[in-house]
Amino acid sequence: MTRSQEFLHGCRDILPLIVGGVPFGIIFGTLAIGAGLSGWQAMGMSLLVFAGSAQFIAVTLISGGVGAAVVLLTTFVVNLRHALYSAALQPFVRHLPSRWRIPLAFWLTDEAFAVIQHRYARDDASPHKHWFFLGAALTMYLSWQLATLIGIGFGQAVPNVASWGLDFAMIATFIGIAVPMMRTSPQVASALVAGGVALLTWELPYKLGLIAAALAGIVVGVWLERMAERRARQEAQRC
Amino acid sequence: MLIWLLIIGMLVITFLIRYSFFAWPNLRFPRLAEQGLHYVPVAVLTAIVAPGMLMPEGEWALRWDNAYLLAGLLAILIAAWSRNLLATIAGGLLVFFLLRWAFGQLPL
Repeated sequence: MTRSQEFLHGCRDILPLIVGGVPFGIIFGTLAIGAGLSGWQAMGMSLLVFAGSAQFIAVTLISGGVGAAVVLLTTFVVNLRHALYSAALQPFVRHLPSRWRIPLAFWLTDEAFAVIQHRYARDDASPHKHWFFLGAALTMYLSWQLATLIGIGFGQAVPNVASWGLDFAMIATFIGIAVPMMRTSPQVASALVAGGVALLTWELPYKLGLIAAALAGIVVGVWLERMAERRARQEAQRC
Repeated sequence: MLIWLLIIGMLVITFLIRYSFFAWPNLRFPRLAEQGLHYVPVAVLTAIVAPGMLMPEGEWALRWDNAYLLAGLLAILIAAWSRNLLATIAGGLLVFFLLRWAFGQLPL
């Protein structure tokens, strides 16, 4: 396929995921205004950070009057999953010059990763697959900006939008991302421990409970996975 | 001004995470770190969701008129059954606002 064909296929393949992203972006814009950000600040966050869940949590934290260090630490923890995507796509982009790798990394979202991984998995030898990456990522980026803009207008038009409980959109989104990931029992245990610790440590200042809960969940998950591996090894030796 | 500094900080952190492996083509994680990374999304997202459902106002709310809890439980069921993100968000939000309306919790 030619470069422009790859690019257009990328734009097309990400469309179903945009259907989910657009309401999310509209709600972000609305919430940001409700949290006291100016229209430019809300737009600036979407343009520069481009990470839906981290943006959601940041405006929730800002409206709760939390310090900057906590917002940044939370951004780090919440976005750490992108390191996984970066590692998974690394073999396919390592040959590209940095003028390609830098923008592609900036545009690497959950949604883009889902479709791009699919494209690279197909075993045709097209040398232009990074144009597919670019098309998918750019389409996601533009739709996120447009959705944010609509949400800002909505937030400014509707009075006391903060009391509507729109933050439930974030909870529903995270449930929709996390629950299908719980395919193994260590994953389920990790989630239960993280949720339990988050509830028990809620009183801690600066949302430190979130960090404690995430760490506890990760440790329990890895520990259980290693136990299962050891058991499997022992059984294999016995046979 | 503080908000803009925050946005720049978030930009730097998010970009460095995404660029990490693209920047160093030969970078590999030790196995323990890679195993740990696999639990990050589930642990972080659950740690945000659980208090959001059970303590929406910052204190325990194990009550029948807590729309966050009821609609959240329904969203979990939809997600487990359909594994569809859009259905989970749409179904959860619809029921959430219906409940808020029924409980008289919407500023209408």
